[in-house]
Amino acid sequence: MKSYSLFKKDWQSELRTRYAINALAMFILVTISVILFSIGQERISEYLTGGLLWVVIFFSAMSGLSRAFVSEEERGTTMTLHLLAKPSTIFSGKLLFNVLLVYLMNFSIIVLYSLLFDSFIIANWGLFFLATFFGSFGIAVSSTIIAAIISKASAKGTLYPVLAFPILLPLILTLLELTKFAIDGKTITEAYVELAVLICYDVIMLSASYMLFDFIWKD
Amino acid sequence: MSSYSLTLQNLTKSFGRRLIFKDINAEFSSGNIYGFAGSNGSGKSTLAKIVSGVLSPSSGKVIHQFNEAEVISEELHKHIGFVSPYLILYDEFSAEENLLHSMSIRGLNPNKEKIKSFLDDFNLYDRRKDLLKGYSSGMKQRIKFIFALIHNPSILIFDEPTSNLDNKGKEVVYKLIEEESKDKLIILASNEDSDLALCKTTLHVEDYLQLETRVKDKV
Repeated sequence: MKSYSLFKKDWQSELRTRYAINALAMFILVTISVILFSIGQERISEYLTGGLLWVVIFFSAMSGLSRAFVSEEERGTTMTLHLLAKPSTIFSGKLLFNVLLVYLMNFSIIVLYSLLFDSFIIANWGLFFLATFFGSFGIAVSSTIIAAIISKASAKGTLYPVLAFPILLPLILTLLELTKFAIDGKTITEAYVELAVLICYDVIMLSASYMLFDFIWKD
Repeated sequence: MSSYSLTLQNLTKSFGRRLIFKDINAEFSSGNIYGFAGSNGSGKSTLAKIVSGVLSPSSGKVIHQFNEAEVISEELHKHIGFVSPYLILYDEFSAEENLLHSMSIRGLNPNKEKIKSFLDDFNLYDRRKDLLKGYSSGMKQRIKFIFALIHNPSILIFDEPTSNLDNKGKEVVYKLIEEESKDKLIILASNEDSDLALCKTTLHVEDYLQLETRVKDKV
């Protein structure tokens, strides 16, 4: 409940300041436009379209999700949070906020992608939905803990994608594989191993983040 | 009546190679007002932050006890009220929203009547709906007192409590400190003589800087 209150505070603050939403929306529009301009009239393969989808998602996440902690640090309100709740509550609240942001972001990207790219043809939407659901959660968890780590650094903008890349690489590779399966029309049973890897990644990142956050949070 | 005590054991803090203070040993108990004194940059605020659990010491221990049971660091925020010029509340929210959010994040029932009575005491009720970014520094300082008191903490740490306040504001704060000191432990970190005059005992932070370090600094 306390985490939900923190999430509510963050969401209300976001609606007023538009720290993350504007950054995400602009990034999504710019990257999709650049891809559209660069392919021109050429028809690219379904696999390549699927791959580019995750490139857009990865970099969009990098542009907006760090705000959860960075905005607190930049405004100087980190100490206020310290005095309000215990570390696990703060992490849960920030995670809830990032989860909502990632789901909204990925939903918008997929809708735009489906409308603008003719070669984005998914044969098994059920599998693609499952992959995106667990994948988005993994992106949200990893982005939240990385945001907490880099919020105290001086070169936040550069450090975030650099640190996120190796942490998100196993997740992105699995998601690319699952997207390929969904394009090929494979069943969920056939993609069982990759889905299990995805869920394991989420569980491991979530547990590790909760254990690590206490140490990151205190100066 | 509940009792609160605070023990500092061989408390040392350094930032990099710069030693701020060394081996502070002290005991504080509820029902009293204690002062942390020292010139600018002597480490008063650092000590106040360490005592409030926001900053970790380089070595040594801070032991908080509530009714003779040790308070774990995760639960410390429930017992502490903190006011300082560098504590920043959320500018995008009004005074009332800031207090409502802080209450719900703390897990308290957001009680508008309680907030009204505090806002009345600090002469802010008429401006309760205004965003904090439109507040003067003195008004922001007053809202911080409400933020610190609203959860009825057992220990109040006031760092430069009267900064930015006019004479009337100072009088309100001194009256409040006297009132709250009857059953709470109060720590005042200040270099204002009028603030320190309220204290039963004053700890001079500079006395805990090693002699050779001071000599080195002078050289």
